[in-house]
Amino acid sequence: MKRFKGFVIKEFYHIFRDVRTVIILFGIPIAQLLLFGYVVTNEIKDAKIAIYDQSKDYLSAKLSQKILSSGFFELEKNLDNYNDIEKSFKEGKIKEIIIFEPNFAKNLKKNGIANIQIIADASEPNTANMLTNYTSAIINTFSREINPLAQQPLQIIAETRMQYNPDLKGVYMFVPGIMAMLLMLISALMTSISITREKELGTMEILLVSPLKPIQIIIGKVTPYVLLSFINTIVILFIGNFVFHVPIQGSIVLLLAESVLFILVALSLGILISCATNSQQIAMMISLVALMLPTILLSGFIFPIENMPLVMQWLCQLMPPKWFITIIKTIMLKGGGFAYVWKETLVLFGMMCVFILLSVKKFKIRLE
Amino acid sequence: MRTILFILQKEFIQIFRNRSMLPIIFIMPIIQLIVLVHAATFEMKHIKLFVVDNDLSFTSRQLTAKFGGSPFFVVSNQSFNRKEADDAMQNGAIDAILEIPFHFEKTLYKENKSDIQLVINAINGTSGGLISAYATMVIADYNKGIVLKAFPVSKSLPTKSINTNYSFWYNPELNYKTFMVPGILVLLITIIGFMLSGMNIVREKEIGTIEQINVTPIKKYQFITGKLLPFWIIALFELAFGLLVGKLLFNIPIVGSIWLVFFVASVYLLVIMGFGLLVSTLSNTQQQAMLISYFFMMIFILMSGLFTSIESMPSWAQQVDRINPVAYFIRIIRMILLKGSTFKDIYQDFLSLGLYAIIMLSLSVWRYKKRAA
Repeated sequence: MKRFKGFVIKEFYHIFRDVRTVIILFGIPIAQLLLFGYVVTNEIKDAKIAIYDQSKDYLSAKLSQKILSSGFFELEKNLDNYNDIEKSFKEGKIKEIIIFEPNFAKNLKKNGIANIQIIADASEPNTANMLTNYTSAIINTFSREINPLAQQPLQIIAETRMQYNPDLKGVYMFVPGIMAMLLMLISALMTSISITREKELGTMEILLVSPLKPIQIIIGKVTPYVLLSFINTIVILFIGNFVFHVPIQGSIVLLLAESVLFILVALSLGILISCATNSQQIAMMISLVALMLPTILLSGFIFPIENMPLVMQWLCQLMPPKWFITIIKTIMLKGGGFAYVWKETLVLFGMMCVFILLSVKKFKIRLE
Repeated sequence: MRTILFILQKEFIQIFRNRSMLPIIFIMPIIQLIVLVHAATFEMKHIKLFVVDNDLSFTSRQLTAKFGGSPFFVVSNQSFNRKEADDAMQNGAIDAILEIPFHFEKTLYKENKSDIQLVINAINGTSGGLISAYATMVIADYNKGIVLKAFPVSKSLPTKSINTNYSFWYNPELNYKTFMVPGILVLLITIIGFMLSGMNIVREKEIGTIEQINVTPIKKYQFITGKLLPFWIIALFELAFGLLVGKLLFNIPIVGSIWLVFFVASVYLLVIMGFGLLVSTLSNTQQQAMLISYFFMMIFILMSGLFTSIESMPSWAQQVDRINPVAYFIRIIRMILLKGSTFKDIYQDFLSLGLYAIIMLSLSVWRYKKRAA
C-alpha cells in the first residue's frame, strides 16, 4: 500500500510539474463554456440582406422599414437590377434578397393581391430556412395589419409552453455536452497518452520489473486524472449555475455519482486504447479522431439524435457520452431521480465492464 | 535542395513504416466524413407527440389526425391522463404534449374561440423553437380548413393579400449534406495537418533524436521544409480523396473551379501547419503539445461557422474571428464549391490567408532553436 501511495504521488508530480498543461486543463472548460454561452448560437441577428424595390411606393417602403426594424435583418445595399442578384450572392456577404414587384401598392389596391419574391442563399440551408421563416412571419403580420376588418372567426388558440427551458437558451444544451466532452478528453485521452508515454520512453519496463502489481500501476496512473476530471466537473457545474443560471433541479449527489461513473467508463476506455497501442501519436490520433468528433456529433450534443438516419441512431447507442448526456439532462434540467435514469446507468456500467475486461485481456506484462 | 530531399525521404519512410498510423491517416477520415455528414442535420422529422384528448369530439379527433398526417409529427401515445404524458416527457420518450381540454368543440363554436395547450421539451432550444413553429403551422392550417367549411363564402379571407414566393438558390432542396460535406472536409484536413505536424517535432524532442539532427549541418529552413512537406502532400491528397467521396456518395455540387480549391487549400495548409509547428517548438512533451493544439483547434472549429452561422455571433466575436484560419477556408470552400465564386470574389480572404501563412511560418522558423534547452 505504501509503495502504491508513492507511485500515485509520483504521478501527481508528473502532472503538476507541467504548469502549462495544468493551466490548459482548467482553462478548457472555462473557455468552452464562455464560447458556447456567448459566442456560438443559432439565433439570427442582423443578417445582411439586400432589397430590390421595383415599385418604390409608400407601401413597399413601409414594409421594408418593418422588416429592417425587426432586429433580425440589416440592410447591406439596395439593388436596382436583376443582374446584381447573382453578383451579390457570390461575394458572399448577403444572405437574402427581397424583391418587390413593380406597382406593388397599386396592384394590391386594384387586384387585391401583390407579389414579393424572397431569394435566400441556401448554401447555408439552416440559416436560409430561418431567415425566410422570419421574413414571411413579418410579411404576414403586415398583411393582417392592412386588413383591419377581417377578423377570423373560430380561432383555435394554442397556448405553448416551453418545458424545462422557457427562454430557449442554448446553454441548457451545452453544459451537459461540455461535461461529457471534457471528461472524455481528460479521462480517455490523457490517460491513454500518459500510459503509452511510459511505453515509448521505455520507463514502462522499469515499472513492470518493480514489485508493484500491474493493476496497481494502472490504478496509480489513473487516480490523478479521476481527481482532475472530478474537479473540472464541479467547475463546470458551478459556472453553469452561477454565470449562466442553468438550474440543477435534481439531486446533486446523484449527479456527481453519475459523473464519477462516466469518468470511470472513459478511463477504462483510455486504458484499453493504451493497451492496444505503443506510441503516443497513435493513441492520440485514435482518441482524438475516433472519440472527440463522435462525442461532439453523435451524442446529441449539437445535433439531435432523433433526426438522424436509423443506422446512425444505432451507432449513437454505442457512444458512452450519449447515455451520460441523457442522464445529466434528466437529473439537472428535468429534476428526475434515480428511477428515471437507472437504465442509462446500467448501460454505462456494462460498457465499463466490457472495456475493463478487454484491457485485462490485452494487457501484456512482457515487452515484445 | 538535396538536403531537403533526404529529409523528405526520411520522413516518408518514417510515416509509411508505421503500419498502424496508415489507416488512421487514410481510412479514418473517410469513414468519419461518411458518418458525420449523416449525423449532422438540423432537419426535424418524426417529432413524437403525446396527445391528451379530453374532449374526444369530432373536431379534436380531426386535429389529432392532422398532426399525425403532417410529415413532422408522429402521434406516439394517446391517453386521457395528463400525468402519464408528463411522466413520458420526464423519461425522454416524447418531444411534445398536446392537451385538448374538455368541451373544446363546444367552446369553439359557442364562443368563437377555444384554447389548446402545447407543452414542448425545449432543452435543446433550437429544436424547441422548430417544434413550436411546426405545431403552430399545423394548427393554423387546420383552423383555416374549419373556417372555410363553416363559412364557405370567402367572408373570412382578407380582402387584400400579399403573396410571397420563395426561391432557395444554390441548394434548392435545402439539402443539409451539401452544406456539411465541404465543412467537414476542411475539418478533417485541418486535424491531419495541425496534429501531425504539431506532434512531429515534439516527438523527436521527447525521444531525443532531435539532437542528432541538430548536430548535422542542416539549415533551419531545410529542416522545417522537410518536416512540413510530407504532411502537406498527405493532406492535399486527402482533400482530393474526400472531394471524390463527397461527389460520388453525396453528389455534392462542384460549381466552381476545383483547381482554385486546391490552390487555396495549399496556402491554408501552410497556415495550419505553421501553427502546428509553432506549438511543437513551444512544448516539450507530446502530451503538452496535444493539449495546446486541442485547445486552439476547439476554439477555431467552434468559431468557424461549421455548425452555426458566423453572422449570429456577437460583433466582438466576429472581430476575433478574423484571426481564425479555419473560418476563412470554410467560407472560401463553400463559396467556390456551392456558388461557383471565382478568384475575384475571394481574393481578399485569400490574401489574408497568404499573409497569415507567411507570419506563422516565419514565427515558427524563428522559434525553432538548433540547441538543446
